Amino acid sequence: MELTKESLQIVFASATIILGTGIPAFAIGKIASTGLEAIGRNPEAAGDVKSTMILGVAFAEAIAIYALVVALIIKFV
Amino acid sequence: MHISIAAETVTHFLGLPISNSLVASFLTTIVLVSISYFATKNLKEVPKGIQNVFEMIIESLYNMIQDVTDDRKKTHNFFPVVATIFLFVIVSNWMGLLPGFATIGFYEEVEGGHEVLVSFLRSANSDLNTTIAIAVISVMSTQIMGIAALGFIKYSKKFLNFSSPIAFFIGILEIVSEIAKMISFSFRLFGNIFAGEVLLTVIMTIAPFVAPLPFMAMELFVGFIQALVFAMLTLVFMNMAVMPHEEH
Repeated sequence: MELTKESLQIVFASATIILGTGIPAFAIGKIASTGLEAIGRNPEAAGDVKSTMILGVAFAEAIAIYALVVALIIKFV
Repeated sequence: MHISIAAETVTHFLGLPISNSLVASFLTTIVLVSISYFATKNLKEVPKGIQNVFEMIIESLYNMIQDVTDDRKKTHNFFPVVATIFLFVIVSNWMGLLPGFATIGFYEEVEGGHEVLVSFLRSANSDLNTTIAIAVISVMSTQIMGIAALGFIKYSKKFLNFSSPIAFFIGILEIVSEIAKMISFSFRLFGNIFAGEVLLTVIMTIAPFVAPLPFMAMELFVGFIQALVFAMLTLVFMNMAVMPHEEH
């Protein structure tokens, strides 16, 4: 196996995407689980909790998208 | 199979290069304007037909905004920008899935010496320029709403607070956070739509019949969710901007 630009691109693009989607996936799971617990404890506040939860998930998802964009740039540019 | 992050130039107009995503965003604008023309022609008190469909869409958007702001006047002020962002993003995302986008074009020679296909149309939000533009409009509208509701001095007290060193530092962090919002908005939308385009290009290169269907369905869903997230985040930030700064 040679140390060329292509092989480095493959290795680093895959490392970026592995770490960059694994950690946000865990974070989104944690946010959703806390949100569900909050709804279970206080069903009246369900509307408020739901919107805040979607907001939090969107922020965490954006981080995963940054990782995806960087991985695409590494691989194809 | 050729993937380029920057949108390719299709033609020149008065010396300015016109990219294929710019053509697609013009098309989106034409679609939205003609839809609103036909929906509001001969407005009836009891809506029928196309006016009915669009009253449904506008009403659900209005209710969504009202749920967040709980105030008729604020909803009335926020509705134009938020609803326009939602409609523009969803129409341009869904139009990017129509046949003809990224497939019909002309061949151009590129530095490697080989020829690549430059298509006439490319999904409008798969170009970082479009998404940065929408993000800047969104953040600037938030600032304008805040200044209009609170007055310039009171609003700038949120960012330049000289009452204590910690408050000053927090104010500077708020300014940095506004810039970060612009970057975050644009990259979220660009990343989602561009990654979707790359995915569809790769799938269609490998297996063009039947296999792209579930990915197309996912792209429909992603397009809708991204429009919703962009509009909702703009709405939430606008709502936070018009809240008077609570004294600790």
